[in-house]
Amino acid sequence: MKKLNLTVGKPKIVNLGLDSFAADLHLQGVDVAQVDWTPPLDIAIQMKAKYTDKVRAEITLANDKALAVINQGKPFLVGMGLARDLIPGMQENLILHAGPPITWAKMCGPMRGAVIGALLYEGRADTPETAEKLAASGEINYAPCHEHAAVGPMAGIISPSMPVFVIHNETFDNYTYATQNEGLGKVLRYGAYGTEVITRLHWMDDVLYPTLQRAIKYLGKIDLQSLIAQALHMGDEVHNRNRAGTSLLIRQLAPAILKTMENVQESAAVLDFINGNDHFFLNLSMPACKAVLDPARNIPNSSIALVMARNGTEFGIQLSGTGDKWFTGPALVPDALYFPGYSKADANPDIGDSAITETGGLGGFAIAAAPAIVQFVGGCANDALSYTLSMYEICYGESTNYQIPALDFRGTPLGIDVLKVIENNLSPVIDTGVAHKNPGIGQVGAGVVKAPMEPFIKAYQALAEL
Amino acid sequence: MEVMAKIIKGKYLDSVKLMLVSKALREMSGVSDAVAILATKENREILAATEMLVDEILDAAETDLVIVVKAATTETAEKAIVQADELINAPSGHKGSGNVAQSLHNLEAASNSLNKGDLCLISIAGKYAAVEADKALELGLHVMLFSDNVSLEDELKLKQKAVAKGLLMMGPDCGTAIINGVPLAFANKVPRGNIGIVSASGTGLQEVSVGLARFHCGVSQAFGTGGRDGKKEIGGIMLLAFLDYLINDAQTQVIVLIGKTPDTIVLDKLWQQLAITAKPVVVNFLTEIAIPNIPNMQYTSSLDETAELACAAYNKLNNIIIATKAEETTIVFNAIGKGSKYIRGLYSGGTLCYEALQLYHQYFGKYPFSNISTEPEYKMADAWHSEGDCFIDLGADDFTVGRPHPMIDYSLRLKKMQIEAKDPDTAIILIDVVLGYGAHPDPASELVPVIAALPKDIVVVCHVLGTKDDPQNVEKQAEQLANAGAIVFTAHHKAVVYALELLKTGRNKA
Repeated sequence: MKKLNLTVGKPKIVNLGLDSFAADLHLQGVDVAQVDWTPPLDIAIQMKAKYTDKVRAEITLANDKALAVINQGKPFLVGMGLARDLIPGMQENLILHAGPPITWAKMCGPMRGAVIGALLYEGRADTPETAEKLAASGEINYAPCHEHAAVGPMAGIISPSMPVFVIHNETFDNYTYATQNEGLGKVLRYGAYGTEVITRLHWMDDVLYPTLQRAIKYLGKIDLQSLIAQALHMGDEVHNRNRAGTSLLIRQLAPAILKTMENVQESAAVLDFINGNDHFFLNLSMPACKAVLDPARNIPNSSIALVMARNGTEFGIQLSGTGDKWFTGPALVPDALYFPGYSKADANPDIGDSAITETGGLGGFAIAAAPAIVQFVGGCANDALSYTLSMYEICYGESTNYQIPALDFRGTPLGIDVLKVIENNLSPVIDTGVAHKNPGIGQVGAGVVKAPMEPFIKAYQALAEL
Repeated sequence: MEVMAKIIKGKYLDSVKLMLVSKALREMSGVSDAVAILATKENREILAATEMLVDEILDAAETDLVIVVKAATTETAEKAIVQADELINAPSGHKGSGNVAQSLHNLEAASNSLNKGDLCLISIAGKYAAVEADKALELGLHVMLFSDNVSLEDELKLKQKAVAKGLLMMGPDCGTAIINGVPLAFANKVPRGNIGIVSASGTGLQEVSVGLARFHCGVSQAFGTGGRDGKKEIGGIMLLAFLDYLINDAQTQVIVLIGKTPDTIVLDKLWQQLAITAKPVVVNFLTEIAIPNIPNMQYTSSLDETAELACAAYNKLNNIIIATKAEETTIVFNAIGKGSKYIRGLYSGGTLCYEALQLYHQYFGKYPFSNISTEPEYKMADAWHSEGDCFIDLGADDFTVGRPHPMIDYSLRLKKMQIEAKDPDTAIILIDVVLGYGAHPDPASELVPVIAALPKDIVVVCHVLGTKDDPQNVEKQAEQLANAGAIVFTAHHKAVVYALELLKTGRNKA
């Protein structure tokens, strides 16, 4: 028993409930913070007995460890190569895709389109019809990128011949992989598989890849953490806005491309291509996040999510403390801003591995750093700040590497804690692009979506049962 | 001159921040030059030009941070390096700045936004309240739990945890408290002073604290325990803890205890605790009970007298002589309507209603009907249907399900006043008007038109509970009610005695 201890002076009050009490206190010049409270989910009440103080103490210890691992990660771009040579477990008949595991039968339109495109690109089929037949034949295996140390935006398709970036986390000596970003418009990741798409992919193999490979080899390595940290100070959140990141990257690459040049026209074409695609850096920010998150896997009892990913049908998460198990629920159709001529009715449910950026404390979690895209969240800079501030409430800690200028350089919210998501009834916000539900049409909008609760509820239950 | 350097790997800070770090280092005494900078090629040239590109940092990568210090002694240089490390790794950023329209979804975030709060006031639905109260205690916050419908089991756990942590756990069902001079939830603006209160009753606490103010005394702390703390199951955990606090609190000279009589085991502990303090204590268990002889303790069952005794004890301790007695209202006994026989008390404060029942008993040797009567034969079968002399607590559960408390929402009371006035048997309507924070912002605006429209042969007696510093200002409210024709008192005991005296006189005449 401790002596009752009252501090001197007017108490600072946290008010949970009647607003009028807070208003009365405010009138008296008392510092008061009103909690914007929502009742907890039923599951939190049902599982209350499972999450004892002892269990919570174990979770806290594990989360301390996981967060430290994530914060210590140092991702570098160290080279390029072909998926078949580099990606662990890659096989000729394997196609990697975004999100949790899925069969051909359950794949959404854009993902089917991208698979068809990949088979055409690989020369496994001559027409979309034969490609579709092959895709459904059982001859082709499908697996999540995330299960092969890789990530892919939107459909996230990686086939054996595709060149990939190699990211090395120097602290923990692990590698991750991602393809080169194709740009906007009709592109494979949105499910387009027309001739122009396949032609571009081959140009990327023949020109973009070797040029970049030589330049990266010349540079040795590129510090992605440093680039991302600077990009955040320049108005990117490196998910929906990558303009600064791409610009910073090109500043590093351009001299090396010139120094290793074999052909002027090709080098110019490569620089033009990167310069013309604001999202080029996304395919580096994503694997950089995965590279620092992966070493925190399999820390027993940790409630921190290391993966949030969508395959256009389902939304899946993986926790540090629950191994390779996926917890899934239906992916939601984004309530986004749509391009002229399109509406929510045209939209495919949320898709892509790009939510790895939010999982790594960036993207929607760092939207306060990106005032240029606040029209996605209501148009006011304050709205973006509110989004980021609310994410601190579901994160276990803060990034020691990435900061937000508008919050006086506070570290970004990092380490999505499933306990906090459930007990605060507050789901993660994700910046996202929206794909048309039919293959081949491409992007129809962009905005901010809330992750569905179901995967988090399942994870919350599973963690308690361990 | 010593030059010392250090490489910090993989930490990116804005160059402005780094310049501030450099500046802070240069301002240290004994440091002649210092820099914290990214080891880019350009920056290396700058360092070389100022002879600060020392060997130790030649291996730094372009993205590494380097610190170089020139100082008079090795010791100073080392100190500067340590300082640089601290500045670079210091957590930056507001934990929620005031100018940002932020929404705080949980207690921890809200507490952090205040740079750690002190007390959490909880008034959400009872079934969620215990969990949140527990979180608040875990965060090291004192708790005032306004919510009711919290189980005894949860109450016990919360109070045990609070005591172990040295925290306040007021409630559940705690409506009133004054902490360090700040009125919380339903409470009045009273002066800060030297009388400490522990109360199991919200309106009891309000009546006494306002009474103290009337006698020119103030409150050091006023703690609410919630109505069940004295029960055997809870064992008076908070009652005893608060009492212990007040006994040891230098600002508290006189102690007041209010609430229904606790369980005998709790009572025993209480008497023991009271016997060891020299501070005067005034106890009010709202009913006449046998009490042990403790020299510094006085007992009364009247709330007004509780305040009076406490102030007298305080004045005696401090050699203050009050020349004039507290203002006396000149009582003119209006005649009550011919043939009208009964009093109808319509209360919003439960403890006030309970006190009225006790006073009635003292007056007439029996109890009136009431929805809160503990005597089965006087318990109203239907609180909506008055018969004989009735005192109804409209703040009791039968009336508040799905409706705001009658201290906030007067509509039910206004309706009930009109119903009682239509009953030809009604002679007197007695009401309490509770002012202060939390209560209706202007009760007179609701009551005046209704009182003015009542039949002239019905006497309306009002007890207005509040201070002139309350947002509603007791003097203004009393004046408006008196102008509407009500007989107004600002002490409950006096209001009830007046009404009962009037009733007795009227009956004797009849």
